[in-house]
Amino acid sequence: MLSIRNLEAAIGEKKILNGINLEVKAGEVHAIMGPNGSGKSTLASVLAGREDYEILGGEVEFFGKDLLELAPEERAGEGLFLAFQYPVEIPGVSNTNFLKAAVNAIRKYRGQNPLDAVTFLKQMKEKMKLVSIDQSLLSRSLNEGFSGGEKKRNEIFQMAMLEPKLAILDETDSGLDIDALRIVSNGVNTLKSKDNAVILVTHYQRLLDYIVPDYVHVLYKGRIVKSGTKELALELEEKGYDWIKEENEVLV
Amino acid sequence: MDFKENILTHFEALKTKIKSPEIIDEIRASALYKFTKLDVPTPKHEEWKYTNLKNLVNKTYELGSRTRLETDRYATFINQYDEETANILVFVNGEYIEALSHLISPASELVITNLATAYQQHSSTIEQHFSKYALYEQEAFVALNTAFANEGVFIHVPANTEVKTPIILHFIADASATDVICHPRNLIIVGKNSSVMVCEHFNSTDTPFSTLTNTVTEVYVAENAYCEHYKIQTEENNASHLGTTQAVVQRDGRFNNTTVSLSGKLIRNNLNIKINGENCDIYMNGLCATTGNTHVDNHTAVDHAMPNSQSNELYKSLLSEKATGVFNGKIYVRQDAQKTNAYQSNKNILLSPAAHIDTKPQLEIWADDVKCSHGCTVGALDEEPLFYLRSRGIPQEQARAMLVFAFADDILERIKYQPVREYAEKIIAQRFGMEE
Repeated sequence: MLSIRNLEAAIGEKKILNGINLEVKAGEVHAIMGPNGSGKSTLASVLAGREDYEILGGEVEFFGKDLLELAPEERAGEGLFLAFQYPVEIPGVSNTNFLKAAVNAIRKYRGQNPLDAVTFLKQMKEKMKLVSIDQSLLSRSLNEGFSGGEKKRNEIFQMAMLEPKLAILDETDSGLDIDALRIVSNGVNTLKSKDNAVILVTHYQRLLDYIVPDYVHVLYKGRIVKSGTKELALELEEKGYDWIKEENEVLV
Repeated sequence: MDFKENILTHFEALKTKIKSPEIIDEIRASALYKFTKLDVPTPKHEEWKYTNLKNLVNKTYELGSRTRLETDRYATFINQYDEETANILVFVNGEYIEALSHLISPASELVITNLATAYQQHSSTIEQHFSKYALYEQEAFVALNTAFANEGVFIHVPANTEVKTPIILHFIADASATDVICHPRNLIIVGKNSSVMVCEHFNSTDTPFSTLTNTVTEVYVAENAYCEHYKIQTEENNASHLGTTQAVVQRDGRFNNTTVSLSGKLIRNNLNIKINGENCDIYMNGLCATTGNTHVDNHTAVDHAMPNSQSNELYKSLLSEKATGVFNGKIYVRQDAQKTNAYQSNKNILLSPAAHIDTKPQLEIWADDVKCSHGCTVGALDEEPLFYLRSRGIPQEQARAMLVFAFADDILERIKYQPVREYAEKIIAQRFGMEE
């Protein structure tokens, strides 16, 4: 589904990604971990198409298409979804109207007719249960005045509505209490299928107790320096990141 | 002809044409005298630094009058939004057109009439309030308006009356054969414990001639009364507007103004509010969403003369193409006005490199126990929300339109009279490419 080869990216003068290689297949859950500043969020942003970054080299293929050539909205149309680390508050745009615009824009991209109001509302009601999101949040402005937990649940709710093939969750767990974490994880687990894939970008192992990854990758200084299974995450939890740093300083 | 000479000839002509009570004639003569003594403002005047009137005062105008009475000509302006449930008054070139107006509210509920009629029929109220709030001693254009004050609306809501039917005033500038100047003058008196909603809508016909509307509205909000006041500006590129709204609010009174400027050539709005009692609540909302070469200058001033009141001000502008804007917001908190809360915010989005805004908050505070804040932003549309919407599949242009509309609607949704709000929303949606 997703194939990243030697991806290098910079923001301004600062090079952040130094040659990322990653293969993600349908049905898989990948966790990307690493210390602060290792490039985790940059990788998520570059994949979603944030324009602040300059791609210096490498390629990204998504279902055979050159992902880096696509505009952010086209990437969404192709089935990519980024759950933001800091979801933006947009006063004046109601959550419901926004979702309708998004759902129908993606349908249009795929050559499908827009959803009629009844079907859309029915779908929305169904998906709301998944993340226990309250109706009143949906009539409000997008994320405006939402608590941290509400914002993150709203991200997963959007994911449920847009049914992406690849969801990238950028530190969705940070700042969540245990109950919210459970709700968010349940949502993601329910949406998981053999046809889609998830990339979890996280700093903490805690999330992986709820969403069990098939692969764990450690990102350090813009490179994946170690890959393994979920046991690697436990090891990181126990020993911290210092041993990773030491190993790699030696190599440098 | 020099602008002042031009005005003097109008004044001489008017004197022979209209008959007013002596007291009004005296005020008019005194105002004219002041006008001749005051300088016509130039950018050298601090208050006119960013608004140059030279292309307005170099014309020779005819004083507006009922030159045409083809009602069809104005029907589109009057019927632009559903007003079946409103009192409608139509003024063309500053003169009241009874044939196009219709009043629903019974005369037993309140007085709504042409100012010239009120001079005759409500002389004691006129004497008490007329030209008592919008002072002309220092203001050339208020003096000019006062010198010609004859037609416009006179609204008097007696005490303990909640007027449920809104009052819509259509001011249409129609320069069909020459350049035209007119001076509509309004007086709104809201009695004790009463409330009323008044909307002033300014339009012009699209002709090769220029119009200059120089208007003054005085609003008196008595104790515990409430006035909801709108000013909507959708004139053509031939039309300029100089306007002063002067409100005086008594104890426990509320005055909400929302000013929406959508088109025109040169617009200067002065909104002055004097808080003359305790526990008053004031809202000043403004939206300027313009394109082309439109210039809009909003000067607001709220004067907290008494304690325990609050004022909230939010002015936004959305400027595209070569549109220019000015915001000057003054807040005075007098020494006696302890426990005042005064908030001011001015947010501006420039949608093109040629668009320009000059903004200046001005707080003068003499009391020591007050809460005042002001903030101002100028910039392009934020990238972060745009990326967020696009990352959800919404194409760039649509995402931009959604954000622009949301920015503007923040002001429009404060308009409580739905037909007016929807009318303005429709213009914004069309102008900035929002899909229905």
